[in-house]
Amino acid sequence: MAEPDTVATHADYQLSQLDQLEAESIHIFREVAAEFEKPVLMFSGGKDSIVMLRLAEKAFYPAKIPFPIMQIDTGLDFPEVIETRDRWVNRLGVKLVVASIDDAIANGIVVDDGKTSRNRLQIGTLLNAIEENGFTAAFGGGRRDEEKARAKERVYSHRDEFGQWDPKNQRPELWSLYNGRLHAGEHMRIFPISNWTELDVWDYIRREGIEIPSIYFAHQRRVFERDNMLMTETPLNPMREGEVASERTVRFRTCGDITLTGCVESTAATLDEIIDEISMARLTERGATRGDDRFSEAAMEDRKKEGYF
Amino acid sequence: MATPATDAAKKPMDLLRFATAGSVDDGKSTLIGRLLYDSKSIFEDQIEAVERTSESRGDDYVDLSLLTDGLRSEREQGITIDVAYRYFATPTRKFIIADTPGHIQYTRNMVTGASTADLGLVLVDARNGLTEQSRRHAVLLSLLRVPHLVLCVNKMDLVGYDQEIFKKIHAEFTSFATKLNIPDLQIIPISALAGDNVVNRSENMDWYEGPSLMHHLEHVHVASDRDMIDVRFPVQYVVRPKSDEHHDYRGYAGRVAGGVLKKGDEVVVLPSGMTSKIAGIDLFDTEVDQAFPPMSVTVRLEDDVDVSRGDMIARVNNAPTPTQDIDAMVCWMTTAPLKPRQKLAIKHTTRTGRVLVKDIQYRLDINTLHRDQEAGELGLNEIGRVQLRVTVPLLADPYSKNRTTGSFILIDEATGVTVGAGMING
Repeated sequence: MAEPDTVATHADYQLSQLDQLEAESIHIFREVAAEFEKPVLMFSGGKDSIVMLRLAEKAFYPAKIPFPIMQIDTGLDFPEVIETRDRWVNRLGVKLVVASIDDAIANGIVVDDGKTSRNRLQIGTLLNAIEENGFTAAFGGGRRDEEKARAKERVYSHRDEFGQWDPKNQRPELWSLYNGRLHAGEHMRIFPISNWTELDVWDYIRREGIEIPSIYFAHQRRVFERDNMLMTETPLNPMREGEVASERTVRFRTCGDITLTGCVESTAATLDEIIDEISMARLTERGATRGDDRFSEAAMEDRKKEGYF
Repeated sequence: MATPATDAAKKPMDLLRFATAGSVDDGKSTLIGRLLYDSKSIFEDQIEAVERTSESRGDDYVDLSLLTDGLRSEREQGITIDVAYRYFATPTRKFIIADTPGHIQYTRNMVTGASTADLGLVLVDARNGLTEQSRRHAVLLSLLRVPHLVLCVNKMDLVGYDQEIFKKIHAEFTSFATKLNIPDLQIIPISALAGDNVVNRSENMDWYEGPSLMHHLEHVHVASDRDMIDVRFPVQYVVRPKSDEHHDYRGYAGRVAGGVLKKGDEVVVLPSGMTSKIAGIDLFDTEVDQAFPPMSVTVRLEDDVDVSRGDMIARVNNAPTPTQDIDAMVCWMTTAPLKPRQKLAIKHTTRTGRVLVKDIQYRLDINTLHRDQEAGELGLNEIGRVQLRVTVPLLADPYSKNRTTGSFILIDEATGVTVGAGMING
């Protein structure tokens, strides 16, 4: 038995970059499941959180995912996203927790002053749901390539008892040794796909052949222009003076609040076509279609400090 | 012989992680900006945001460091506080850059960035030659056992592309590097601003016969940096479905830290020393023939042995000796100094325990490599050789042999903060 294995050549033992990313993410999921008392997977219904579900499914197979998933119901979600979510939840047999902004408003947890966007009201709703359920770790689908504030965030991102992120006082994160120590009342945000890019996410969806909401593919939709973005015509988002709706062939690059998430004109109806389109894109997905990140250069950083993902 | 083009089409894209070191003055941000820009990884809205900010601050030129300095306080103070991760890809490789700031907390940040890097990139200004800082960066990269090092001699345009200047820096650094552990060294004369030897070979320096930086990054061979001989499988999580369909399934999930595991291999479980055979290796719903670093898999054993998180699966005649006495180089990362008799928490692979600091043998001066044996303690951003006694036996290898099973972090038990990074000697 003393013989070292006949290792042919290293070239036979190469992992593609997508396999390496997958292995890293699965490692993170297992580490959290082993070390935290009560993790939860934050599910937005978007492509990133679907990739997260897939990775969690793989990490614990053939056992079920050993933690619930939670969605913040903004009341402004795309119906296609909810349908996809329900199919995933049923197939995986995982527990779904829904925290609703309307309930949070009704219970006085957050205040709807008519001026604050639903996106901001999400923060209080989310923090309350984490506290009420006693979650100690919340997985999020944030990627470091998305936005500059995220480029410096750890995989294990510590939140104090107010749910706040302190970017200047982050714990150093070395090798793949994650530090999950918490005090009572604190929690950790976990970002297993930190090192994935938008293109990696799409490549992975194509490789795995997994279902994502139909709004990512080109479809006909009545839209109007606002702030150089194409917004969905819906009673939830009344048009202002001078805004005119028309039917166009569009698709979404991100999934969020229907009143803030714009779409792009596109005929990309298959994953191959989407991937071609992304490879040629000249705007980031958030810059192109997210009203919430456009207000200032530090918009994301400010929301993150308060407890947003 | 296939042409490179068809080669690239067939071979799946692989991954290179590299850490950059250097201060703003060395042109590091300009270089990263150029790598991102030339590989079309910067989007128009990002460039426009940077242009707007540069203009409103009254800068004469577009400050590419704004692309990486993401935090408000960084932009306000014009400094880089923390390690930033950036991504770009060429048709053959994806790159993850750990961009570490040159001055503020440089040791802590560089050690962090270098800990996962396959390659370290150090910049020097051709006009100034090697500085204390560039030597320091090389020392840290060598200490962290980053296997490949690239020294970019930047701003060659400002010295008239003078070969003699490059030769002098080249000789000086090569001689300095003999004192360090640098298995692979490449020295490239560049101009990040003018683009010489960054993506394409420079026409201004026909005397230089080596590759451009991008060519080197794309082709440097990193696959053989892993230990493919010594099987090391730290158990992360025990998979027990408890369902009717998979009633008897019991698998040990983890990420391969070394060697190649195969079905039928005789293995030993540490620290118990029980032996068994690998019954199968699962990757999601498929059984795979073998597993190697850095795969995340689930291993099934033939016998019903007691295995839990923190244990390690290794080969019967090739396993680390469990030990509670650790001799390591420690980088200290917090203001209150590390002192003998101090107690801390430790995380090593999937094992956690407590440690007692028995002795601080010396403090390493990373500028001179001098070992100060009178130091007695380690301050913030200092590195030294430390003896530790651990409450649980660690299943460790020397860091020089395996960067995964040879590394650990130290955690302050009161604050929960990571305060030290350790590399095991041997």
